[in-house]
Amino acid sequence: MLEIRFHGRGGQGTVVATILLSKAFFQAGYQVQSFPFFGVERRGAPVEAYLRLDAKKILLRTNVTAPDHVVVQDQTLLQSIDVTRGLKPGGWILLNSPEDAADPGRFRGFKLACVDATRIALKHQLGTRTHPIVNTAMMGAFARMLGTPPMEAVCNAIREEVPSEPDANIAAAREAYEEVILIGEIL
Amino acid sequence: MKKVLEGSHAVAEAVRLAKVQVISAYPITPQTHIVEILSDYVTTGKMDAKYLRVESEHSCMAALIGAQSSGVRTFTATSSQGLALMHELLHWASGARLPIVMAEVNRALAPGWNIWNDQTDSLAQRDTGWMQLYCEDGQEVLDTTIQAYRLAEIVNLPAMVVLDAFYLSHTYEPVDVPDQDEVDRFLPTYEPAFILDTKHPYSLSPLVTPNAYMEMRYDIAMAMDDALEQFDRVEDEFAKIFDRRYGAVEAIDCEGADIVFVTSGTVTSTGRLLLEELRPRGEKVGVLKIKLFRPFPVEAVRRALGKAKKVVVIDRNFSFGASGIFAQEVRAAICNVPGHPPVFGYIAGLGGRDITVKLLEEIYFDVKGSSAPRKESIWVGLQEVNRAT
Repeated sequence: MLEIRFHGRGGQGTVVATILLSKAFFQAGYQVQSFPFFGVERRGAPVEAYLRLDAKKILLRTNVTAPDHVVVQDQTLLQSIDVTRGLKPGGWILLNSPEDAADPGRFRGFKLACVDATRIALKHQLGTRTHPIVNTAMMGAFARMLGTPPMEAVCNAIREEVPSEPDANIAAAREAYEEVILIGEIL
Repeated sequence: MKKVLEGSHAVAEAVRLAKVQVISAYPITPQTHIVEILSDYVTTGKMDAKYLRVESEHSCMAALIGAQSSGVRTFTATSSQGLALMHELLHWASGARLPIVMAEVNRALAPGWNIWNDQTDSLAQRDTGWMQLYCEDGQEVLDTTIQAYRLAEIVNLPAMVVLDAFYLSHTYEPVDVPDQDEVDRFLPTYEPAFILDTKHPYSLSPLVTPNAYMEMRYDIAMAMDDALEQFDRVEDEFAKIFDRRYGAVEAIDCEGADIVFVTSGTVTSTGRLLLEELRPRGEKVGVLKIKLFRPFPVEAVRRALGKAKKVVVIDRNFSFGASGIFAQEVRAAICNVPGHPPVFGYIAGLGGRDITVKLLEEIYFDVKGSSAPRKESIWVGLQEVNRAT
């Protein structure tokens, strides 16, 4: 079983990203489970959401404490939160950041991938200029990073579930898929 | 068709498929997405129903009692403090023999204000004359909600479909959503046993003197007994169409087990994982899932537990001054069986604390190494508490 933790801020579509990815993975033949951090939601506050994937029915129903991979939708979170908490050694960290702005030194022992999802979201006019919605771009980068789910499944999930601007969201996901930089293991 | 759905959404889909005609709800914390989705269905015309937004849970149940008395199928959802506020009207619904169905999301009672998973809210309503059905996953939530209408309308008693907060209500997983025509075959149009009718006026729930009250109560008691048998029939009919069956209880590897865990809700899934962990190591352990809590399936519990050497009950609830509530029920069910096994009661996961496989494993070895229970209830996973003196 794979367990993935998503970090973001309230209003960035972090929970929606895990739901859409769970739908894409399910379409690709996985058993899936996704859920938000069990708590209360506030706009702008740090948010966590989780995704579990397996070949068989998922019976585990506890919080995710030792994820295999981590997704960080907002790099300002790095100042206040240890996003590597419980992360398994060698796990991927997908960071929303231009490659030259990331500080790989803080992620030793893990694998790092960077994508400038904020720039991509702004380019496709997703959200507002002050609050770009980066989740669909992050989904595209995520699919490239793990080699799954197939981009077709990601695009289908966005088309079926995203209420506004599905085409722009799909374009953002595809662009992030192409642009994500897989830096790999940080020694 | 299989879809990835939240547990709350699975309830809403079942309510839509059951063609419920009146929904009443009080939409504030600790309410869940269930009524939010239903309000959307009604507004967009996906459901042909009347949606009543009331000013409290007490009014909510009062509104459903009125609606159901006029001969329509009704629904509401609530949780913790909301259910507590409804308490008085729960008695009115069962006493009036109205087959109202309610989804109850198990959330902890305040104070401290806590919206996480805990069963004490619904279990505290055990004497209200409502049937109670506890669910393990999103599919069971959807199926049980549809079954609850069938069962409630046969025995003329209200039914509560109970699901764990967050672990079910907010968790997305694959759920098979049946077609409308399949559900229609299983669940016929509601035919009320009696209705308020302006053309033939009469009173419901009038003053009842000592010469009739006891018989009315006995009638409810008999309907509850009947519900145990009817539940199996309803499940048979359901299985014929949908090929899924849950049972009032499910005995998992209980045959030949020395130690049997009794579980309810999502803890049963954790129990299944415990079996995967322990049985390959030669440990003779089983799990008894209790789905139907009211009426309590006494005979089935006796059959499943009778041959065990020890019984462990995991309670995510507590009755102050007594013990875990499922443990009380299990003790009462088996106490008249000669040579019955000792019952070890464990209190775990109150207020949304995770119950992990590791925790159940620790409990297993604690019980294996004990000849008799040290206490009525052993609280596990407690942090040190500094008590004011």
